[in-house]
Amino acid sequence: MKQAISINVNEVDHRDEVEPRLLLVHYLRDLLGLTGTHVGCETSICGACTILVDGQAVKSCTMFAVQADGANITTIEGLATNGNLHPMQEGFWEKHGLQCGYCTPGMIIAATQLIDRNPNPSRDEIRHGLEGNLCRCTGYQHIVEAVEYAAKKKADL
Amino acid sequence: MAAKYVGKRIKRTEDPRLIKGLAHYVDDVRLPDTLHVAFVRSIYAHARITSIDVTEALKAPGVVAVYTGKDIATTVGPVPCAAALPDLKIPDYRVLATGKALFVGHPIAAVVATDRYLARDAADLISVDYEELPVAVDVEASAKGGPVIHEQFGSNIAYTLTSGEGDIEAALKSADHIVTQRMVHQRLAPVAMEGRGVLARYFPGEEELTLWSSTQIPHLMRTQVALMIGLPENKLRVITPEVGGGFGSKLNVYAEEALLAWISIQLGKPVKWIESRRENMQATIHGRAQVGTVEVGCKNDGTITGLRYNVVADLGAYHQLLTPAIPTLTGLMLSGAYRIPAIQMNVTGVFTNKMSTDAYRGAGRPEATYVVERAMDIVAAELKIDPVEVRRKNFPAKTEFPFHTATGLDYDSGDYEAALDKALNLSGYAKLRAEQAKARAAGKLIGIGMSSYVEICALGPSQAMPAGGWESATVRIEPTGTVTVLTGASPHGQGQETSFAQIAADELGVDLNAVTVIHGDTAIVQYGIGTFGSRATAVGGTAVLIAIQKLKEKAAKIAAHVLRCEASSLAFEGGRYSRPSAAAASAVSEPDVAVGEAPAGALPEPDTEGRSTLTIQEIALIAHIAKELPPDTEPGLSATYFFEPKNFTFPFGTHICVVEIDKETGETKFLRYVAVDDCGKVINPLLVDGQIHGGIVQAIGQALYEEVVYDEQGQLVTGELMDYALPKASQMPWFELDRTETPSPVNPLGVKGVGEAGTIGATPAVVNAIVDALSPYGVKHLDMPARPEAVWKLITG
Repeated sequence: MKQAISINVNEVDHRDEVEPRLLLVHYLRDLLGLTGTHVGCETSICGACTILVDGQAVKSCTMFAVQADGANITTIEGLATNGNLHPMQEGFWEKHGLQCGYCTPGMIIAATQLIDRNPNPSRDEIRHGLEGNLCRCTGYQHIVEAVEYAAKKKADL
Repeated sequence: MAAKYVGKRIKRTEDPRLIKGLAHYVDDVRLPDTLHVAFVRSIYAHARITSIDVTEALKAPGVVAVYTGKDIATTVGPVPCAAALPDLKIPDYRVLATGKALFVGHPIAAVVATDRYLARDAADLISVDYEELPVAVDVEASAKGGPVIHEQFGSNIAYTLTSGEGDIEAALKSADHIVTQRMVHQRLAPVAMEGRGVLARYFPGEEELTLWSSTQIPHLMRTQVALMIGLPENKLRVITPEVGGGFGSKLNVYAEEALLAWISIQLGKPVKWIESRRENMQATIHGRAQVGTVEVGCKNDGTITGLRYNVVADLGAYHQLLTPAIPTLTGLMLSGAYRIPAIQMNVTGVFTNKMSTDAYRGAGRPEATYVVERAMDIVAAELKIDPVEVRRKNFPAKTEFPFHTATGLDYDSGDYEAALDKALNLSGYAKLRAEQAKARAAGKLIGIGMSSYVEICALGPSQAMPAGGWESATVRIEPTGTVTVLTGASPHGQGQETSFAQIAADELGVDLNAVTVIHGDTAIVQYGIGTFGSRATAVGGTAVLIAIQKLKEKAAKIAAHVLRCEASSLAFEGGRYSRPSAAAASAVSEPDVAVGEAPAGALPEPDTEGRSTLTIQEIALIAHIAKELPPDTEPGLSATYFFEPKNFTFPFGTHICVVEIDKETGETKFLRYVAVDDCGKVINPLLVDGQIHGGIVQAIGQALYEEVVYDEQGQLVTGELMDYALPKASQMPWFELDRTETPSPVNPLGVKGVGEAGTIGATPAVVNAIVDALSPYGVKHLDMPARPEAVWKLITG
């Protein structure tokens, strides 16, 4: 039995009828075509599917679309404003914080929440803040530098 | 050529699409009317399949078709193995199990439905009756006897091989000491963050099939899949969209790739399969999985006289593309960074009821480096001399290169002592030892570990490879002046869209943004070998360089013709050919043709009257309009080159790390990690640092956390990322990197390769540090992963 949902994604309202078992990540990817959010493990370990639900970083592979009824969602596609990269996106580019890029959208989203909560994090705090996001390519060091770059950039804005 | 880009820390041109979430991985490629495939996989490690009932599944909503082993037994050829070894036993590996299932995850049936959820639902309605069979799980036991997996071979031994040079018996006899150590290289899972995935689309009218696959080897896949499904190779197009990591796991041709291609032909519709993480753990290749014993003979002064390594390699149930060949790479690298007069490896490749092992980042070399570098520390402990001195004692001098090893290789170039000394200085080794002594006196468990590694890269000369070790490039300057580079390499995160553009932009004197590097589409790119074995830049980058040199020979001829002078007299500077008299004053006086600003419609030929210089982009336009070409000159401006390297390259380095072990919990914490690597000439230091960082973290994963565990029934215990421990940001140290730069004489770029260095060099450094920390307890060795529990047991006795 399909259920009606109403979700705002990247400042666009969407109304759909979905199966209750439809995962939020599949709603975003398959129905809305927002394929920047990736699925890496299906068990909430890797964080590739991280999005913001009402400002909170959430792993969208283990949340149902119907649970997001009424929510405001930001995905990687909605992070840049007026064509300008978010400081976190810029940081990942400047500091080579990505290689294959698969974990990157989730990593960037998680990192934006991290500096929202802690505008001037230490390297240890960055590493702990990103424990829920796995990267198999970078060894994390350039990601830490990317987050430092973004925190500084944001503070300077 | 003036280096404006090569050698600089240039940020990647591929990043914008990735950081905006606009890149396309396989599952992001959407085609109308796509059907989705779900698999039924064996729940047993070894079982006879007595019946498969698909009746209910066929009735389920959305289901279009169900296929089992009998459907493909005579229509789809076996999964290929390209490794050629004497007397190698090669089992028939069908894309769906026929008769028996030989490992947990072995595909048994494929369900095709209109939606991925419905395909999964229907797969659960398929009823498989199994007759469980005794399992062969432990590799050493399976080598000796027990249940036989492939009855036709009479045992589980797939091959035995002895390699090496020198009289090992005499070498060990001449030693003052012989140290012996058993070592386990545990089974690992590559865990690319994007699993595998396939989308196949067949056009019945054109009889053409396009296969999107997350692979490292699009062209090799085209050849193999075409053979497997009986489609002419020129009717199959393989596209690798964005690939979310490979680490060797996508250097393969898998059952699912051929099966999806075949299903698409049967149904005349696009079909897609996206691997779940559980499937990835079960049915994507694993790595390592060797158990061996090393014997090393040494003199009292630390001189190594000989090394013997007897090893059993756990191959899994079948051979994937390179499965049996991986241990032979171990044999090649057993000389490490040292002069060892006699070396012997005796390897037994053994079938077990598990997923196949194959190339995982390093592919046989991490095992060799671990054996040699652990052995150096064991020798140092035996002789009570500093591990640094044992290494130094046995290094070949930099004047001895090319250096022949008793494993049959000729190391191209090296200065091992320079890298060692740099690492010692950077880490402050002497001071570290003093601090360690103080900390020990205070009851702290501090360990210092090192590893001086050599690896083998730029795979490789075709003579030494199963099927071609060259790489190809086409470089084209388009009529509007943009530069297109087609490479047969297939980067998937390494950044060659940027680094190859750096090479091209410098050689052609054009802006970096004028260059586009295209890869991973067999309909666009000339045949290539792919990206693995740290080969893309050393082999593929060289192909780009030489193709450009060929292109410039032609461009110079055209320039000479138009400028009315001898080609040999032309100067090429800043992307501009100049007549001798004009060379000095030229570049500033005449404006460039701006890239992309050529007028639409008919392209006007540049006004060459009275010109003394021409940009290479103007020459491209002249070459395309073809009204002002020298006699007998082909129109167009492009060149293709297939580069065949004469040898491998041999990067090296020294890693030093400092760990502290918590006595109460057995946990290992990093205090320092210093890495000095020499990968020859560096095209982009930023990317090289990234490769080193990532490689070290995978090595630390092996040393401390990761292990694929099958229980005694052959059940996969580590079936998800909840059970398989990948390194996290919070567990990793801050890496202090430096480099020495010893150019390779094997290619004109002087590059060696860096993709696997970290993974090869770092594992023994970490384990050596842990053993060093535990040495007050008499610990001489511990097997990986050094889980807290295992370490704590050693502390508490």
